[in-house]
Amino acid sequence: MNNSKNTPLIFTLLGGLILVFILGPLIGMFLETTPLQLFETAKDREVTDSIWLTLRVSFLSTLFFAIGAIPLSYFLARTKFRFKRLINGIVDLPVIIPHSAAGIAILGFISRDSALGQVASSFGLNFVGHPIGIGLAMAFVSIPFLINAARDGFENVPVRLEKTALNLGASPVRVFFTISLPLAWKNILSGLIMMFARGLSEFGAVVIVAYHPMITPVLIYERFGAFGLKYARPVSVVFILVCLVFFVFLRTLSKDKNSSNA
Amino acid sequence: MLKLENISIQLGSFQLNDINLELEKGDYYVLLGKSGVGKTVLLEIIAGLINPDKGRVFLNNEDITEKKIQKRKVGIVFQDYSVFPHLTVKQNIEYSLKGKKISKSEKDALTNEYAEITNVSHLLNRGTQNLSGGELQRVALARMLVTKPECLLLDEPLASLDVQLKGDLRNLLRKINQNGTTILHVTHDYEEAIALSKKVAVMHEGEIIQKGFTKEVFRQPANKFVANFTGIKNFFFADFSSINIAKINNSIEIHVSNIDEISNGKIIICGEEIILSQDKLESSATNNFKGHIKQIIPYLMNYEIIVDIGIVLSAVISEESLNKFSFKENSECWVSFKSSAIKIIH
Repeated sequence: MNNSKNTPLIFTLLGGLILVFILGPLIGMFLETTPLQLFETAKDREVTDSIWLTLRVSFLSTLFFAIGAIPLSYFLARTKFRFKRLINGIVDLPVIIPHSAAGIAILGFISRDSALGQVASSFGLNFVGHPIGIGLAMAFVSIPFLINAARDGFENVPVRLEKTALNLGASPVRVFFTISLPLAWKNILSGLIMMFARGLSEFGAVVIVAYHPMITPVLIYERFGAFGLKYARPVSVVFILVCLVFFVFLRTLSKDKNSSNA
Repeated sequence: MLKLENISIQLGSFQLNDINLELEKGDYYVLLGKSGVGKTVLLEIIAGLINPDKGRVFLNNEDITEKKIQKRKVGIVFQDYSVFPHLTVKQNIEYSLKGKKISKSEKDALTNEYAEITNVSHLLNRGTQNLSGGELQRVALARMLVTKPECLLLDEPLASLDVQLKGDLRNLLRKINQNGTTILHVTHDYEEAIALSKKVAVMHEGEIIQKGFTKEVFRQPANKFVANFTGIKNFFFADFSSINIAKINNSIEIHVSNIDEISNGKIIICGEEIILSQDKLESSATNNFKGHIKQIIPYLMNYEIIVDIGIVLSAVISEESLNKFSFKENSECWVSFKSSAIKIIH
């Protein structure tokens, strides 16, 4: 690792400006929120319900989509085929398209007029304005984080270890669960955390699919529109604090897991 | 026991051509060749990790070319050991036993048995991250042996070990072979072949260019490549147009004892029997040439002198002789050897 003494001063100054740019607005928001406002907001049932809904839906959609995303990542890491670059590009598509456009696309996909919507209707379900719709919108915009991280993880697992396991009599499924998955777990866990965190913060796609029930980013927007900055700020601060607690907790979990593997 | 029939494969610019090889039960067979000639690919084909473009693989007269990797009863140990880094030594060894219908006590007994054979019993509960190369190799061997393979395929098993560990592991491999396991061992080191194998095949550019009993291959190399690769120096093709005279490169003539009166063949001049001197010797040696010393290479016990007499010869002398006669690179000397120092190969 390079000693910081070897880093040009201008790099430190420019880097410091970027950090100020990231931290400045957040610190300002925290400083302008009084403890009383925070306390009152934390007691507000509408706020707490929306935070729990946001956490629950993002967590469950991450877990649900991981069931398909992890095998897809393994396939992309291990298989050579003609349109692989195209598939990798498709995986990244949700990152580059505007999230409001993503919301419109999801809405068309799950509305009552669509095939999926009609199937859901036959079971008495309407995904629009439903936590399932919110979960789909969150997953749509956040799933590239999981797929890319898991694919990198699988690519880092030496193929020879898998070949050795096959040669020792293990089936391909056993090789996946006992060799590939544990060895790529660090990246997969990181991808899961990133997908979950990205899902929590999604607004653009979700607001089009489901204004109600209200997830916290939508609630913040509504409070801002209806009552102004003063009322939107405490909700933002509480939500950021909750997200930070979860983020640090999950990162610590993944770090413990990694160090126990070492 | 293991038979390869016309195995061919093209992998990019690399190819294996018509490989035929047959191992009998209990054989210790060494596949000798430089890096990149396709030795590992051949092992992977036998193990079923790669499918050949052409040819068949037979094990105990059963065609296993299309058989699943898991069902082949052929075990491969890779050069990099491929010990699972997230499992302990014990978990590595018993990996193949998981899911088999045997009791835990039987699994433990098997694990302990092979850990003892390979001398890793004391490491069983340790992780694999901090093990030495020799320890990792032993763990990889124990893990494979516990599956009781019909044939064990070893990919450069001694390549990255130091001299002491090499000796220990050679003894272990001999022991495994003596216990009845057929071994196909891939290496670029001819000394390993001499130390371990009963039979040897020499590979070059994707083909087997000579195979047979190790002693025969080393005594009678088929060509200069095999001779050089098997550590034999002073190997030349010669015409025996005159009686007891070997003509090399149509230039230099050497006195030989051509008892069988052959017209052409190969000769090996024993480097240890070449005498170097500052002045021409009056002796019974029939071959005396003035030469130019091109290189002096030090070894542990002696020196190799590369000397040009029209053909390039390698002579071996002691340190005492080197100091006594003050031989130096790019200086002149006299080279003498008897015709009995020359071996004619038909």
